[in-house]
Amino acid sequence: MLSRTASSLYWLGRYIERADFIARLVEATIRLDVLSTRSAGEAAWQSALAVTDTEAAFKASGARLTREEVARFLIRDPSHPGSIARCLDMARNNARAVRTALTREAWTAINSAWLIFDQRMTRLDPDSALALVDAVKAETRGFEGAIHRMLRNQTTSFIRLGQATERVDDTARLLDVKYHLLLPEGEPVGGTVDRDQWTTILQTVSAVTAYRWLYNEGLRPANVIDLLLSRAELPRSIAAAIEETIEMLNSLARRTGSHGEADRMARARMTRTAKTRTGEVIASGLHQHLQAIIAENDQLHTAIARQFKFH
Amino acid sequence: MGERAFDEIMGAGGSARPELAELGRWLAETPQRELRQRQESAERTFRQLGITFAVYGESEASERIIPFDIVPRVFLADEWSRLSEGLVQRVEAINLFLDDIYGDRRILKDKVLPEDLILGNPQFRPEIAGIKPPHNVWAHICGIDLVRTGPDEFFVLEDNARTPSGVSYMLENREAMVRLCPELFAQFRVAAVDSYPDRLLETMRSVSPRGCGQNPNCVVLTPGHYNSAYYEHSFLADSMGVELVEAADLVVDDDIVYMRTIAGRVKVDVIYRRIDDDYLDPLVFRPDSSLGVPGLIAAYAAGNVAILNAPGNGIADDKAIYSYMPEIVRYYSGGEAKLPNVETFRCREPQALKYVLENLGELVVKLVDGSGGYGMLVGPTATKAEIEAFRAALVAEPQRYIAQPTLALSTVPTLADSGLAPRHVDFRPFVLTGSKGVQVVPGGLTRVALKEGSLVVNSSQGGGTKDSFVLMDNGLSQSQNLGNMTQVQG
Repeated sequence: MLSRTASSLYWLGRYIERADFIARLVEATIRLDVLSTRSAGEAAWQSALAVTDTEAAFKASGARLTREEVARFLIRDPSHPGSIARCLDMARNNARAVRTALTREAWTAINSAWLIFDQRMTRLDPDSALALVDAVKAETRGFEGAIHRMLRNQTTSFIRLGQATERVDDTARLLDVKYHLLLPEGEPVGGTVDRDQWTTILQTVSAVTAYRWLYNEGLRPANVIDLLLSRAELPRSIAAAIEETIEMLNSLARRTGSHGEADRMARARMTRTAKTRTGEVIASGLHQHLQAIIAENDQLHTAIARQFKFH
Repeated sequence: MGERAFDEIMGAGGSARPELAELGRWLAETPQRELRQRQESAERTFRQLGITFAVYGESEASERIIPFDIVPRVFLADEWSRLSEGLVQRVEAINLFLDDIYGDRRILKDKVLPEDLILGNPQFRPEIAGIKPPHNVWAHICGIDLVRTGPDEFFVLEDNARTPSGVSYMLENREAMVRLCPELFAQFRVAAVDSYPDRLLETMRSVSPRGCGQNPNCVVLTPGHYNSAYYEHSFLADSMGVELVEAADLVVDDDIVYMRTIAGRVKVDVIYRRIDDDYLDPLVFRPDSSLGVPGLIAAYAAGNVAILNAPGNGIADDKAIYSYMPEIVRYYSGGEAKLPNVETFRCREPQALKYVLENLGELVVKLVDGSGGYGMLVGPTATKAEIEAFRAALVAEPQRYIAQPTLALSTVPTLADSGLAPRHVDFRPFVLTGSKGVQVVPGGLTRVALKEGSLVVNSSQGGGTKDSFVLMDNGLSQSQNLGNMTQVQG
């Protein structure tokens, strides 16, 4: 396979996953904002920016910190490279560059997702924003489905490698939202708002029911952290994404006949993750732990690009 | 343009040509609302699939689909066989002409063509003179643009011997028609076009320097996904099952072309390039081009790679050369051209220039090196100011222009806003030449001017496309042909 093709497939996977993640994040934020008995509004939207590391970019865009403007920024600001619309743009550009490697189904799914933003909307009230992110989620699900019907060859391995790499980053950021999301003054830890916030995180990764299956007790933050960090049964957990990364790297190694730096790094990370105890992580600082995961993921990404000669 | 043009389906009168009576009935009996719904469904699919082209000078967001018209144009079997003979003769001559011009130049020595017309032509590539392409094939893929003015009057408008586009539309339009109007395929035996990718791959393999048996590595070379014909490039690579590469994916080492893969370099034997000569190799052509592959021409000269179409082909489809095509065909084939040219005035010749200047209002004037409907004057529909602007340009640089009479181009019924109405069409069949000879794929691209009375069919100027049926027997229906086999599952 051409190195350029491999690079485009990998980035296609990353951008689709990122678009899906931003869609979920916006959905979660709207919920937090709207469902809270006491409107946590501004804080919720502020945290959405913090999670995506775009507070500075948002400020520079000159927009005001309101629900509507943050949502517009995250959903369809054409000048913001992290907006859903731009992620889909980039996904589609990469897909166009490798059309020959994709099935019609997979291509059509990406194209339909991209076409969602073809019709320009003027307002973004919660209803239309929710409808929009729902549509994005549906299309990315369609893409996911199409990927699983494609030949299990290098093409799908690179797409899924990109998705898994992106997912580690996304889930780490999502979990970190609790660090950024301050409780309103006077709200106790473990109180209603706190619980709402943890529930929303679970909803974002479609894991409310999964939580009940895996933990026979009510909502406890330590369990939510454990679920998203280390329960590989949950597809969006960091542990599952790391497993998927290794699986994809292995299948690529089988086909190209060589292992490289990326394989070694990924395996080392899995070993470390397996030894990690959630209680210890919480005691020593969840935020620092998540930041370390994000930094490590960046290094793995660089190693992948080098190993497969992306340019 | 007062009198009515010949209509491909309706003939000269109000009812369909006898062989196409069934088609006339279909047109008359299918409700227009139904036709319109089917047409819209086809266009929706094209948009979904991203069968688009980018219009030069517009932003990326303005990807457009080419409008598709649901009414096919039809060739009767005997019309097609006459056309094919003419096309084979013409492409064979083009090939011999290129081989000669870049070789011994007999045609110049015999004074059939003025020497400066070739050697002073910007499309002539002195850099590749003396290089023989593998198997001596130059013009592997030709798109010959034809127009029709009557039942037996076909004329060649243009020879595209560089990188003719449109074949993806031939195939996608057919797919849409089979899905949307299956009844037509039950009524008529239409020659299949979907073997085109196989035939193209076979053509590529046949000209490999290694020979077919060695399993040559074939690729399609594209300028990238911002190119207006990118969809076609990816479509072709995909349907042949070969890699679609960009110049940056290729590297030449020791006169051998390789592509960069995740597992290292892989040798490339045959390149169907969809980029112009100018951008092919910065060491030989434009040094400022970042699109090209340094060393590609050296590898080609060393006989290590086949390039389709061969570099230097532009000289064969230059509009100034076009006017000599009847002489060229006669010179190499020994007979008269079976497909005539449109009468052409070469403005470089004083007599012709005088005539053109006196009759600007009735002529079509074209830039010798223009394409896509740009740099063109259509006299009868032009304003006074446009005519005067062209007059000045002609006087200043006559050698840059040719002129042709405006022909009464044939029409085909087309679904216009007001209902079915005749619209002018042209036609581009695709001709493949491999080491074993020339073949014409039965079908092609029909372009249609969507505006009433307009003669401009280019997609960049708002033209649309139609499917082109080549009938395998004149007007006989399939069920008749299959006889009692239609009654298998009782």
